Amino acid sequence: MTVTAPAPRLTVVTEASPAKLMRKRILSVLAHVALIGASILMLYPLLWMLSASFRPENEIFGGTLIPSVWSLDSYFRGWDGLRVSFGTFFWNSLVISVTSVVGNLIACSMAAFAFARLRFKGRNFWFAMMLMTLMLPGQVTLIPQYVLFRELGWVDTILPLVVPKFLAVDAFFVFLMVQFFRGIPRELDEAAMMDGCSAWRIYWKIMLPLSMPVLATAAIFTFIWTWDDFFAPLIYLNEMKQYTVMLGLRTFTDSTGESDFGGLFAMSVLSLVPIFLFFLFFQRLLIEGIATTGMKR
Amino acid sequence: MTAPAVEAGVPHAGGAVYQSWWSRVWQNHAPGYLFLIPWLIGFLGLTIGPIITSLYLSFTDFDLLTAPEWVGASNYIRMFTADPKFIASMQVTLTFVIFSVPLKLAFALGVALLLNRGMRGLPLYRALFYLPSLLGASVAIAILWRQLFAGDGLVNDFLSMFGIQGPSWISNPRYSLWTLIILSIWQFGSPMIIFLAGLRQIPQDMYEAASLDGASRWRQFWKITLPLLTPVVFFNAIIQTIEAFKSFTPAFIISAGTGNPINSTLFYTLYLYQEAFGFFRMGYASALAWFLLLLVACFTAFSFLTSKYWVHYDD
Repeated sequence: MTVTAPAPRLTVVTEASPAKLMRKRILSVLAHVALIGASILMLYPLLWMLSASFRPENEIFGGTLIPSVWSLDSYFRGWDGLRVSFGTFFWNSLVISVTSVVGNLIACSMAAFAFARLRFKGRNFWFAMMLMTLMLPGQVTLIPQYVLFRELGWVDTILPLVVPKFLAVDAFFVFLMVQFFRGIPRELDEAAMMDGCSAWRIYWKIMLPLSMPVLATAAIFTFIWTWDDFFAPLIYLNEMKQYTVMLGLRTFTDSTGESDFGGLFAMSVLSLVPIFLFFLFFQRLLIEGIATTGMKR
Repeated sequence: MTAPAVEAGVPHAGGAVYQSWWSRVWQNHAPGYLFLIPWLIGFLGLTIGPIITSLYLSFTDFDLLTAPEWVGASNYIRMFTADPKFIASMQVTLTFVIFSVPLKLAFALGVALLLNRGMRGLPLYRALFYLPSLLGASVAIAILWRQLFAGDGLVNDFLSMFGIQGPSWISNPRYSLWTLIILSIWQFGSPMIIFLAGLRQIPQDMYEAASLDGASRWRQFWKITLPLLTPVVFFNAIIQTIEAFKSFTPAFIISAGTGNPINSTLFYTLYLYQEAFGFFRMGYASALAWFLLLLVACFTAFSFLTSKYWVHYDD
């Protein structure tokens, strides 16, 4: 279900007295003041960290929000602050995140297409199972999965992080896509079926091209969540050369972090940049994606 | 479950073409299962299989190196009778859930209501308030939080302007959990967006009719907005509660993986991680995991069963 714009308000009560108008205006100003205050309060820590990362080392604490001198020292120090450069960590995170996006898009959309459009025995049963996994706490599958991946010799590789994505274990995206596919008029694929199109062609030539918004939403969320993921890399990646950015940051806090706050903040800021860029360019898509999850059907 | 099993799949060209039973079944069901293959493998191999295996492991001693050894219910018995850390982690997690979820939802609903009054600049505010939700899961934010609430952190700098000498919030067991609760509330943006979407689906004419009848805004909120919004409240409450139970990263980063001071940030997930990957007590950790599963399942079932008494569905 899409989110519709608010209906224009019909002012039924006709003439508003000047006093009432005045009151309304004051209330509106008060609301804006409250909202602006809240925004500043919420975003100030982020701005502070951003500014701290650009201050020279001796001014990191107690400096003003606008640095007196802009310095990139923290970035250079942080980049090579550990045995392995942060460049490697960023590359590893990028590889894992992009592979996960590909996996989720293929596997989740296939499952969603089956659930939303194809008829087969047991569909409702499997669909109910899929919904149940939405609520499942991951801890309960964690240890056997670890044992399995260890048996396969996959520990210390990225395989345990990306292969599950190609098996559509992120039920949330399957669900999101099912919702979207159901909104696509059935006449389209029924007509194609009459013309003898195979299910595969309907999926590839009709459903996917019409589902770009939901695919983009799923891609961006997969990227961000994989990028941010801390738990899975913590368990499966032990060699520093394979660390993701999040593991790198954690190691930084444990080792040199106490002495080099500048470097730590600089790398923290850098780690947030990709997410922030997605936010900047795709926020409408993200916000609509979030909004639709809460709607019925 | 009444699936219309064999329903007009591919229309056959006339009845003249002979089709065996098998080829009909194949034509009607194969495409569905072919598309479902990746998910099915994942579901059976990475979800159902592991769930059953971990149930089995929870009745064993297992250190990953030697074969699991059956020990009956002793893991569960130890949990409830001889493990103060289990009790502590349960308390921490429940405190976190009980405070962070309602407060977060209250903030989300409050701001959504304010924004929904036709405020100018709504898209900007909505985006600004949403940003923390998007960034919040990152290790970087947990690092920032650790700094904010440190003894010489930003929060105490701010308080000192009013002459208040604040403690080191994160290393004081009385406050450390609260810094994490605040971190969770800080991310009220995504439930707020869902509330906003829900608010927009409430027909405006209901309010107009109500104000013609002289109902105050307060009454309108209690009699119209809230009842019609209960499905969204319900959805948000479930999602946020499950998320809160699963929370791991902030506690791990703020306490450097220890759950200290005095176990005050020992989230259940963190304790499970320590048992499994710190001490390699995989059997015991599986028992912890199964208890969590039962807890979440009970909570979800309870919510759905009671929902018919307070969630308003209009169809």
